Amino acid sequence: MKKDRRYLLLSLLAVSTVLAAWWLATDILKLVPSTTFPSPVKVLRTLVIKFWDPNPDGATLPQHVIASLQVSLTGYLMGVFIGVPLGICMAWFTRFDWFARPLFDMLRPIPGIAWIPLMIILFGIGVMSKAMVIFLSSFTACVVNSYSGIKQTKAVHLWVARTFGAGNLEMLFKIAIPTSLPLVLTGMRVALGSSWSALVAAELLASTQGLGFMIMQCRGLYRPDVIIAGMITIGSVGAFLTWLLSLLERRVVKGGRFS
Amino acid sequence: MESKVKVKVTDLTKCFGDLLVLDKVSFDVREGEFLCVVGPTGCGKTTFLNSLTKLYDITSGEILVNGESVDLMRHNIAYIFQENSTMPWLTVEQNVGFGLGVKRVSDPQRREMVEDVLDIVGLGKFRDYYPNQLSMSMLQRVVIARAFATRPELLLMDEPYGQLDIELRFRLEDELVKLWEKTGTTVIFITHNIEEAVYLSENILVLTNKPTTIKKRVENRLGRPRNIADPGFVALRNQVTELIKWW
Repeated sequence: MKKDRRYLLLSLLAVSTVLAAWWLATDILKLVPSTTFPSPVKVLRTLVIKFWDPNPDGATLPQHVIASLQVSLTGYLMGVFIGVPLGICMAWFTRFDWFARPLFDMLRPIPGIAWIPLMIILFGIGVMSKAMVIFLSSFTACVVNSYSGIKQTKAVHLWVARTFGAGNLEMLFKIAIPTSLPLVLTGMRVALGSSWSALVAAELLASTQGLGFMIMQCRGLYRPDVIIAGMITIGSVGAFLTWLLSLLERRVVKGGRFS
Repeated sequence: MESKVKVKVTDLTKCFGDLLVLDKVSFDVREGEFLCVVGPTGCGKTTFLNSLTKLYDITSGEILVNGESVDLMRHNIAYIFQENSTMPWLTVEQNVGFGLGVKRVSDPQRREMVEDVLDIVGLGKFRDYYPNQLSMSMLQRVVIARAFATRPELLLMDEPYGQLDIELRFRLEDELVKLWEKTGTTVIFITHNIEEAVYLSENILVLTNKPTTIKKRVENRLGRPRNIADPGFVALRNQVTELIKWW
């Protein structure tokens, strides 16, 4: 417990050092003009004001956050619900692996952003096209990690189940899937990171709201304080979602990380 | 009265490509017998057990359990492997009940059967622990309890105590004998430790070098509990050692 507190202090020290250096460089030493790179105090003020003030980009910060969450979670959950079972099936059923692998290997290197024009043509400029870009970013991490997780199943565990009389599907559900869970959750965490970072790119697709949209709008309006406030919000919401996922991981993965 | 034959192995042959590992091995195991199998290192003892359970496809021959071809779905068989085979995501209690779950034993009955074996192996206090919180000997006890919980008609053990120190080994061997006497399970126990074979067995099957055949079946009539310093024990150990020598 004492050790944990010491580590927490170390982390806080890192954040405060960066903030202090930033404040020193902008407000005290005035190394950079505040219109180019605002001080942390100004950014904090903007962050607070943006909670109720829709200016200069047309929506308040909570509205932007909700819009972004709607897009990114739609894409992310699609990635999880399609990617995880697909990875599991590819790893467990050899014939299915042979069937799906060439297609997956071909799609995997295409970056999410390259899909944007096609998604606009297919789904228009609504939530779906942006969600699809995020889906394609998170899907790969889910497939790859679930696949690796299943492949880490120890032969001896399968043999134990088999000698007790378990069939193929029972071995999948009672041995292989529990073995793969830590890596599946790692995949979900990586996917969450990539889906959240694909947000800005996705919101370049004709948006009227969203954190990515807010940042892009304020670039045109030359408001670096709002840009940085938006970046801080993206980072904070991402960290919060990762924390939520780690809570889920603690509930689901029992007995330590074993794969 | 001679008890009935539980396992009948006839001309069991196993090849890996051109390599002949088991060469027409034939033997019987009586119901309730404790049979130890010993042989030189690398002679194919594990292959022998894996072929018996059909974890490996056999090249030729026949394996009958209760007069029927061995079938893991139908026959109640448990296998204790050389390496730790506890499931890290399950608690001690869940690990012990794993086989019963596969065999669709009802929850109340499963709890009762798990309780029985947990008592015998002395793990009742650790029921909610996970394998990463247990010592090597406790892990081995969990595996043994899991095997006995299903009341197997045939228990196969592949050098289960190979990685334990001598004190723990003796303690677990005594526990195993206690469980075997209580349940009357037929046991085939593979070991490279001759002393262990003499300590546990009713009969010892001595295997040859590859291609493996049966060199001799040695009867062990020593009373229990056994004492490793007893002259009869030492004499039998020496006899088996002489048989196993290939140099």
